[in-house]
Amino acid sequence: MTGTEDAIEARMVRVAPRASRRWALQARLAPYLFVAPFVVLFCVFMLWPMVNSMWMSTWKYANPRTNQYVGAGNYKYILTDKVFWYAVGNTVMFTILIVGLQVPASLGLAMLLNSKRVKFRGLFRFAFFSSHLVGHVFVAVIFRLILRPRTGLMAGALGSIYAPWAEINWTENPVFGRLAIVLAVFWINIGWGMIYFLAALQSVDRELYEAAEVDGAGRWARFRNVTLPSIKPVVVFMVVVCTIGCFQIFELPYMLFDNGTGPGMAGMTVVMYLYMMGFEGVGDIGAASAVGWILACLIFGVAMVQVRIARGKDDG
Amino acid sequence: MKDGGVREPSDLSRDERPKNALSARDTETLLRMRTAEATLDYRTPPQAPPPRAARDVAGALKTTFLHFVLIVLAVVCFVPFVWLVCASFKDNSDFFNSTFLPWGHLHTLTNDHYERLFTRKPFATWMVNSLLITSLHTAIVVTLSSLGGFALAKYRFRGRRVLMGVMLLTMLLPSQVMLPSAWLLMYEIGWLNSYKAVIIPGAVSVFGMFLFMQAMRAVPDELLQAGRVDGCSEVRLWWEVALPIVRPMIGAYTLLSFMGTWNSFLWPQVVLQSADKYTLPIALSNLIGLPTHDTPYGMLMAGTLLSILPVVVLFFVLQRDFISGLASGAVKG
Repeated sequence: MTGTEDAIEARMVRVAPRASRRWALQARLAPYLFVAPFVVLFCVFMLWPMVNSMWMSTWKYANPRTNQYVGAGNYKYILTDKVFWYAVGNTVMFTILIVGLQVPASLGLAMLLNSKRVKFRGLFRFAFFSSHLVGHVFVAVIFRLILRPRTGLMAGALGSIYAPWAEINWTENPVFGRLAIVLAVFWINIGWGMIYFLAALQSVDRELYEAAEVDGAGRWARFRNVTLPSIKPVVVFMVVVCTIGCFQIFELPYMLFDNGTGPGMAGMTVVMYLYMMGFEGVGDIGAASAVGWILACLIFGVAMVQVRIARGKDDG
Repeated sequence: MKDGGVREPSDLSRDERPKNALSARDTETLLRMRTAEATLDYRTPPQAPPPRAARDVAGALKTTFLHFVLIVLAVVCFVPFVWLVCASFKDNSDFFNSTFLPWGHLHTLTNDHYERLFTRKPFATWMVNSLLITSLHTAIVVTLSSLGGFALAKYRFRGRRVLMGVMLLTMLLPSQVMLPSAWLLMYEIGWLNSYKAVIIPGAVSVFGMFLFMQAMRAVPDELLQAGRVDGCSEVRLWWEVALPIVRPMIGAYTLLSFMGTWNSFLWPQVVLQSADKYTLPIALSNLIGLPTHDTPYGMLMAGTLLSILPVVVLFFVLQRDFISGLASGAVKG
């Protein structure tokens, strides 16, 4: 207990001597009672499954009741499985494309909207952000129809530029299938990133710009030397969060393609591999747990590298 | 203001101005500085300003161009929604013939798809399931997070550091790690295919706890102590002092949590098994038939539109809180 609280308790005694003991008790117990419901649920539904999944990943499950200890067998199997590495490669490719497109686009959009000249800023903000309200499943359903050859919205738009483009069968072609997923995630996330960047831009010190202008800095120099350093924490945050999100892509390809994995497994991601391992076909939840832990290591490693790079640049 | 946290700058200044009102001397200094600034401006006008008319024209052009770019981008972003609304009213023959509305023969527009959703499919049940599960889940998670966040921010108690350490550790792991083991737990306690399985396990949000912990730091200790002296119990301090101060964060987190649960697919997909328990994402995913050409596209579009609407409505209600809440979290990193 801190000094101030002791002082208050002492004061309580003076104010209400009779109720003081019960009063002190409720004050002392309060924080424990406040966190108790959370802690109970947290231990049962989060901590326990997490610890247990480590244990489960060393077992082979035929069904929830029948299992067999295999030690590192699951990990060995997964790490030598070509499909798994294909899924990792796919996921990394999605991540690089999406992060590389979305972060600069969100920043650009935020800078446009941050201009003093813009009227109806709230309206634009809503228009750009609205797509983020739609869940991945619903987006996949919408994109399924938008991307239909000849009759879809995309075919209409592309076909008006160059007629043969209307024939592109997006969900049946591995290259366009991947592009479709990148487009869909891009559409979902661009406005969301913009909100963060807009807030960051608005907190940049105006005087810095004025000082730079006095020094004769042009538009680009101001962006490089004033804007970017000031909003750097948000940029790093956005890159890391976006990367973590991309590593967990699942619903979008699963719903976009007829067979889940897409043409030539173009939509295969690590989480989809996990889902298929544990909940479709064989249903080996032990091996699925192992995939989960490998995914955790992948995400942790990539995020660490990103933060390290960001910090390194800071020192230099 | 930066460490003020969750509230919008305008809110903050309105609330705080009376407290740190300027003293007479401060005002005097400020006034003097202002005057100095003004005189300085007056004595050194900007060098060779461009003629006024030319500047105005250039400015107007820039403004117009900027708005033109923004409008084009906004339309591109928004057009899938317009298309979705159009598609849900087109009849089956127009569906694959016209991109937007069949302008030539508008009389073919129909609300059949909506009708069929409710008569041939248990769409009402799915909607109620989704609303029930999501609202209950959101209510629980917001209550627990604000209560826990309050305790973490405003009390020193034994085990606080350990708890925060463990919470942080679990936050580093992606939720898919515990998907199989949590499913096994549901299987063992017999919760598979029940609403509880979707509501309760998700009600622990480490993210929410940290969010509210950050927000609750803005609650002044003096206020809590004053409340205690006045005989306010600790629970009432939470309810009547702390919660009103973090109200914007409640709004922001309510929307965030509602959106997350409403749209969640993987967990409900593995624990819910019968059609009468489905939430909307699961139900819609099951509408897509195999083989695909059997898919009732009109119904799918109508169902998707109806599924998006509740989140959009909630967004409009909580928009202000949400955007300032998101932003404050971001700026603090």
